[in-house]
Amino acid sequence: MNIKKCASAGTMESSDVYVEIKPCDDGIKIELESVVEKQFGEQIKKAVTDVLDETGIENADVRIVDRGALECVIRARVETAVLRGREEI
Amino acid sequence: MNKLVNSIREAIVLSGLKDGMTVSFHHHLRNGDYVLNMVMEEISNLGIKDLTVNASSLFDVHTPLITHIENNVVTGVGADYISANLGRAFSKGILARPIEFRTHGGRPSDIASGKTPIDVAFIAAPTADAMGNCSGKYGKSACGSLGYAYADAMFAKKTVVITDNLVPYPMQDWSISEDYIDYVVSVDAIGDPKGIVSGTTRITRDPVGLVMASHAAKVIEASGLLKDGFSFQTGAGGASLAAAKFLKDIMLQKGIVGSFGLGGITGYMVDMLKAGCFRNLMDVQCFDLTAVESIKSDPRHKEISAMQYASPNSKSAAVDSLDVVILGATEIDTDFNVNVHTDSNGYIMGGSGGHSDTAAGSKLSMIIAPMFRARLPIVTDRVTCISTPGKDIDVLVTQGGIAVNPKNKELKERLLKAKLPIIDISELKEKTEQITGKPQTLPKGDKVVAEVIGREGDVLDRIYNVL
Repeated sequence: MNIKKCASAGTMESSDVYVEIKPCDDGIKIELESVVEKQFGEQIKKAVTDVLDETGIENADVRIVDRGALECVIRARVETAVLRGREEI
Repeated sequence: MNKLVNSIREAIVLSGLKDGMTVSFHHHLRNGDYVLNMVMEEISNLGIKDLTVNASSLFDVHTPLITHIENNVVTGVGADYISANLGRAFSKGILARPIEFRTHGGRPSDIASGKTPIDVAFIAAPTADAMGNCSGKYGKSACGSLGYAYADAMFAKKTVVITDNLVPYPMQDWSISEDYIDYVVSVDAIGDPKGIVSGTTRITRDPVGLVMASHAAKVIEASGLLKDGFSFQTGAGGASLAAAKFLKDIMLQKGIVGSFGLGGITGYMVDMLKAGCFRNLMDVQCFDLTAVESIKSDPRHKEISAMQYASPNSKSAAVDSLDVVILGATEIDTDFNVNVHTDSNGYIMGGSGGHSDTAAGSKLSMIIAPMFRARLPIVTDRVTCISTPGKDIDVLVTQGGIAVNPKNKELKERLLKAKLPIIDISELKEKTEQITGKPQTLPKGDKVVAEVIGREGDVLDRIYNVL
């Protein structure tokens, strides 16, 4: 299943994350910017990848601007962006 | 005798300032200060090099200092606090010698003992007369107390007062007196009033902050210290002020009359004075307009020097008579060591100020902090930088529980008896990491950019460059 249109979820508030997702043809690309990149960078990427796996996305261009969101918040924001990108919500 | 000179430049020349000497500044004008930049620019224009700047604190307004460091005008820095933007530059290692961080008590102690002699002190004075009697209480740039400037005035070899409100001799109600002053300079403006004092800091409305503040007040109530004669210091942060509000309610309800409120004074402490919670305020620095107005008009609100506030080598200091202090932390470790110097990435963004002094002197020192900020846990295995040693911290209050330092068995028993939510600090760390995940520890750089000198003169920790 793929992304049909550009979509976003979240905000730039502290402790939140802003997620942008775009259609693309050649696999998953994740661009991460985070205030806690040094401490949690790998864990954030894994959370994003996990949600994309779970929702069956094989091709997507994802941009994450993280302001220190907890993992549950990151997962929820990515899932919302995916559903919006598939025009399901 | 004429002390009044025409310009800052003339005062510098007359002072005999030469390469390799030490100049000093105080920080009551905070982020509105013009004086440090004006003086350093003239020093640079005069071609003087290799100076040490000993400042009670440095703020982002002092960023031109970076250029003076790059040009070797300044090769050494001592401060009690350095704000975040400037701290970030220092964390890159622009100085050859490490910054020397002291406490608000350690700095005047080392100036008085001659360990860190000052050649020329520059005193930003919101009002002065031509002989150098001066005060912070009056004038368009009024800042209230001049507490940190006393040691500089008393022990520097030469002392220059810089004012933007020169009044006929003798001025009324001076703080620092003419017998310590060599030269007086009148300028158009010593600072920007908008940066000197803030408006009233609002009490937090954040539910997490309110839970912490309510716990903090209950800990004080249960500690056995809250009775007539009670003395108290708190910070200007939203949660600390909320704790003061809850405490005020308890004190008024029980009719407790405290002895004094201490420290950097906010309008909130002035309200407590007026409400009868304290007999006096002892004020080393005013944080807002309400505090400035009060120190000027209310004789119960008394200016004190940094030596009287916190020096470990004064015959006595007010911190030694302090019952309870509420303090902040960027990190605290399982040994209760506290970091207020760096953020979790290791960048300098603060300093002890009076943190270590009040923690050491008070009967109950309390850290109030959320379990995590922007996913970063507050409790760590080892803080990035030890600002205040764990032996001086009694209790950590978070929204997830209250951790008592095991050395203070009596406090733990009292809090348990009061049915407050006590948690072991290691359990609190695990509980937090279950929410945030476990952060990766960061590698340190290999260059020491700052030394943290404890109030007794020992090196508590070193801060390294950030990779």
